[in-house]
Amino acid sequence: MSNTIIPLLLDSLASAALIFFAAVGLTLVFSVLRVLNVAHGSLYSIGGYVAASICLFIASRQLNPYLSFLALVFSALFVAAIFGPLIERGLVRWTYGKSEAVQILITFGLFLILEDLQRVIFGVQSFYEDAPMRLLGTTSIGGVVYLNYQILLIAMALLVVIGLRLLINHTRLGRLITAVVTDREMAQSIGIDTNRIFILAFSLGVFLAALGGALATPTSGIAPGLGADTMVLAFAVAAIGGLGQIEGAALASLIVGLARVLAIYLAPSLDAVAPYGAMLVVLLIRPYGLFGSVTARRI
Amino acid sequence: MPTIIAAAAVLVIALLPQVAPWLQFVLTLAIAKGFAALGVAVLLRAGLISIGHAMFFAASAYAVAFLARAGVNDLGLLLILSVLGGAFVGAVAGAFLVRYRAIFFAMLNLAVSMVFYALCAKLYGVTGGTDGLPVPVPAVFGLVLGEPAFKSVLFYLSLGLMVLVGLAVRRYLNSPLGHALSAVHTNEIRLEYLGIPVWAVLLIAYVVSAALAGLGGAIAGFAIGRVVPDFAFWTASGHLVLIAVLGGIGGVPGAFIGALFLELLHSAAVTVTDSWNLIVGMTLIIVIMFMPQGVYGLFARKEATSL
Repeated sequence: MSNTIIPLLLDSLASAALIFFAAVGLTLVFSVLRVLNVAHGSLYSIGGYVAASICLFIASRQLNPYLSFLALVFSALFVAAIFGPLIERGLVRWTYGKSEAVQILITFGLFLILEDLQRVIFGVQSFYEDAPMRLLGTTSIGGVVYLNYQILLIAMALLVVIGLRLLINHTRLGRLITAVVTDREMAQSIGIDTNRIFILAFSLGVFLAALGGALATPTSGIAPGLGADTMVLAFAVAAIGGLGQIEGAALASLIVGLARVLAIYLAPSLDAVAPYGAMLVVLLIRPYGLFGSVTARRI
Repeated sequence: MPTIIAAAAVLVIALLPQVAPWLQFVLTLAIAKGFAALGVAVLLRAGLISIGHAMFFAASAYAVAFLARAGVNDLGLLLILSVLGGAFVGAVAGAFLVRYRAIFFAMLNLAVSMVFYALCAKLYGVTGGTDGLPVPVPAVFGLVLGEPAFKSVLFYLSLGLMVLVGLAVRRYLNSPLGHALSAVHTNEIRLEYLGIPVWAVLLIAYVVSAALAGLGGAIAGFAIGRVVPDFAFWTASGHLVLIAVLGGIGGVPGAFIGALFLELLHSAAVTVTDSWNLIVGMTLIIVIMFMPQGVYGLFARKEATSL
């Protein structure tokens, strides 16, 4: 039994880690900007496309294959540096303080634009470049073979949780972010440059999403439609954890990963239903998510 | 005067397929989506945004396919039963969904519709998986028609229903029950203090909107001849909200105007470019940014409640 469960578990946790990158970015952006960015999934797939393109370039020029690891992180930085400020300054900032319907629609419009742009730029064929995964090889413990790359993914997700917590609790920027999240007007009135915080927080969210996409290319490849799929999954995870909760998103991606394992083990045809089912159950019992707080309801 | 304009518009739509037969399918589909968008618009009156109404659209279309497989073979009966099916799903889902507001309402609708989508895509034995199910050509009052004739009947029936159902919905929105929706939007607590059960008001609106989406779905199923899980995908729900908001300026006719505009623009654009969504997305953003008063007071609302 452990021979089938443990690889399955690792597989699910690795994919949960990828979704976590997207979800934690979404949740971070929501907590600072109070905007639910429906186009977040597209930034994930853009990160993937850019990473795959660079990795393929490295492979075609027969450069040192270990460069592709750098390429994964670099492409996420690249996407964040370009799209973060552009989208926040150009579009999202106009929706601050507007109703959720307006925010959702504006970012849905952006989602449609970004999806088509990807189609125009990268075409409709799928991208696949697994050099980083092959380089890391496999480990065999007790006759079960593991992909080292999957272990790396899980470790990186953990690093992101710890890193974000350290950033928010122990740096000046983190304190500024906390101040803006707690009381935007008060933060502004004591002289915090909220616009700068918004740009930084949004770009950080984009970076995390793009990093998820970049790290996903070696395992699953990138194809059209990935952005839309990732969006709902990230949304489900962020909602389960409670919008705006970093640790919540981490726990929620664990839950979603485990729910998938259970589904695959008990009813294989239902594995795609599991994340949404988990989201539904959690939201019905706790609409504000596992870690969320009760403030938003109008009654 | 508005009545004359509306009548003239309906007449023009009715005559268009005589001039350009290929338009018949486009127009039928536009009316179908108009029904669903009207359903979304009803809830928007109460300030509730649902990113999950494609579920009712799809549920009803699946209901048609199931009923047809079970031997029901009459257009009228299939339409009525499938709309009732959509309304029933709406009543069950709505019973707990209307307790939530704002982003939680949007999220839960999304969650429910994605569960539905995933089930449709995965339960191969029941729903045919991603291949979907065929929707056969039914008999019309006992008459067995060929496919082209049926498609014409379907178009004119949809057009007639658009007028009748549109009038009924306008009547509903102008009734005390309909005005209560705007009141929920403005100040829910005041409504409760007046002794009006907000829950019931919203549940009725939810069932109405689900039934409207269901009617649209059934028509779309007949027009396309097949129902697939993608009917229920969240981007489809997003498009319905988009149509409802774009057309929101015009009240009840607005939903249909929005749907017609979008479908016609679509068929014009696909001959020129593949990047159809690019155009839609930009239109949406431009409309919301620069024509805020056109977008149904969504902007005005926040100023009122942020006090």
